[in-house]
Amino acid sequence: MEDVKLMKGNEAVAEAAIRAGVDAYFGYPITPQSEVIEYLMAEEPHKRTGMVVLQAESELAAINMVYGAAACGKKVMTSSSSPGISLKQEGISYIAGSELPCLIVDVVRGGPGLGTIQPSQADYFQMVKGGGHGDYRLIVLAPSTVQEMADFVELGFELAFKYRNPALILSDGVIGQMMEKVVLPPQKERLGDEEIDKRYGSWATTGKKNGRERNIITSLELKPERQEAHNLHLQAKYKEISEKEVRLEKINCENPDYLFVAYGSSARICQKAIQLAEEKGIKAGLLRPITLWPFPSKEINKLAEQVKGILVVEMSAGQMVEDVKLAVNGKVKVEHFGRFGGMVHSPDEVLEALETKIIGG
Amino acid sequence: MTEEIIIAGFGGQGVLSMGKILAYSGIMENKEVSWMPSYGPEMRGGTANVAVIISDERISSPILQNFDTAIILNQQSMDKFESGVKPGGLLLYDPNGIIRHPSRKDINIYTVEGAAEAAKQKSSKTFNMIILGAYLKIKPVVKMDNVLKGLKKSLPERHHHLIPMNEKAIKIGMDKVKEVNKL
Repeated sequence: MEDVKLMKGNEAVAEAAIRAGVDAYFGYPITPQSEVIEYLMAEEPHKRTGMVVLQAESELAAINMVYGAAACGKKVMTSSSSPGISLKQEGISYIAGSELPCLIVDVVRGGPGLGTIQPSQADYFQMVKGGGHGDYRLIVLAPSTVQEMADFVELGFELAFKYRNPALILSDGVIGQMMEKVVLPPQKERLGDEEIDKRYGSWATTGKKNGRERNIITSLELKPERQEAHNLHLQAKYKEISEKEVRLEKINCENPDYLFVAYGSSARICQKAIQLAEEKGIKAGLLRPITLWPFPSKEINKLAEQVKGILVVEMSAGQMVEDVKLAVNGKVKVEHFGRFGGMVHSPDEVLEALETKIIGG
Repeated sequence: MTEEIIIAGFGGQGVLSMGKILAYSGIMENKEVSWMPSYGPEMRGGTANVAVIISDERISSPILQNFDTAIILNQQSMDKFESGVKPGGLLLYDPNGIIRHPSRKDINIYTVEGAAEAAKQKSSKTFNMIILGAYLKIKPVVKMDNVLKGLKKSLPERHHHLIPMNEKAIKIGMDKVKEVNKL
């Protein structure tokens, strides 16, 4: 029998980070993601892999430590929940502008402001559309199981380094706090200085050697012509990512009459709603975006031709629904349903919304 | 087989750890499990609950409104969850501190004097295992040896000497469970 553990989503992220050979974690506690730093502190990964775990004095400090370490080519990450992520936005924009790889985890809680500590998906706009200033994109992964919380750590870093772009795991209080079976990846070695220099020496500040140009990490360029050129380069990169890195899961989509589009914990709730619908003779399917950016617009557009209506279910007042509407482009009716402000919709409520807003609406 | 359970009571009664032991026992039987706690300002004396699902299939929603089984350990939880038991489902409760007893006729109702039995054992910590025993007697969703394996997995090694005491408490619960309404 493989090594199956029962873990919270937050703990799975932490253990997966140690096993991914992450060099450093900088964070600051906040409910509902405090188990990430709690687990790392208790596990003492400096004894296992040499990984640094540091509770910074604030979220601002934490994200700027990530910025610094990422500039050196290190595999580095941070995590927080909504208000803490807001504090980190300036740093995230700098990291994106400087084209540095790192992993950020947002275990979303209800807002706005300090809001509540209960689960929410109302950070979609912030993560997918920007959050910080300037034209930048984050690669946004949305896990819907504890297993994916663990798996997306390595995937996030892989994409982050491939494109020299920050990646973000957009989770929520449900996935962060719940326990499920998880199979953990094998331990990876951390890269030594020489290995980092070999792989990332072309850009990372690993110490200037004779005969090579110095590497400068900055997001500042006062000449607008050059800043425009930098932006064009970023946009070309984002275009490549949107063509190559879309990930999604389709459930019950062979021949559905109606379609749910939902991510994260809402996708799980929709799966139950599909079962309940089946008992009533309603054929519904689910498209679950795994990458929220890049967004699976093409697949949603394709499915829109086969169904009579689409219900977008998210724990917000309606954010992802805008992207679904853009993707569907008027082909079929698209409505939003979701409890928010820390309330979690039940499968019955989702089914009722499908019946009233789409089928009967 | 899918068993959807809510365990609800006061913080400090061992509600969350009972759910965890149940979930681990499910893993020992190669089943799919999920454990979703109420989290946040709950603390000793406040209410706490956890939804546990044990299934042969991939688990969809960890968030539920209706349950096959409700294990109720205080009045607030009775008020909140009695109506959520599916028709034909099971409600197991400890009558200690309950002033409004369940009134539904379309569900199976059992009681176990968990608090009183734990007091007899002179260990309030065995309370949740007595309740677990009562539940497993009514619905043997997991085998006893897998529960013991689950206990071993969920308890840190320094507490493994307490396993026999817990095993005894489970057996007491199995013994003391009483039928109130059987369909």
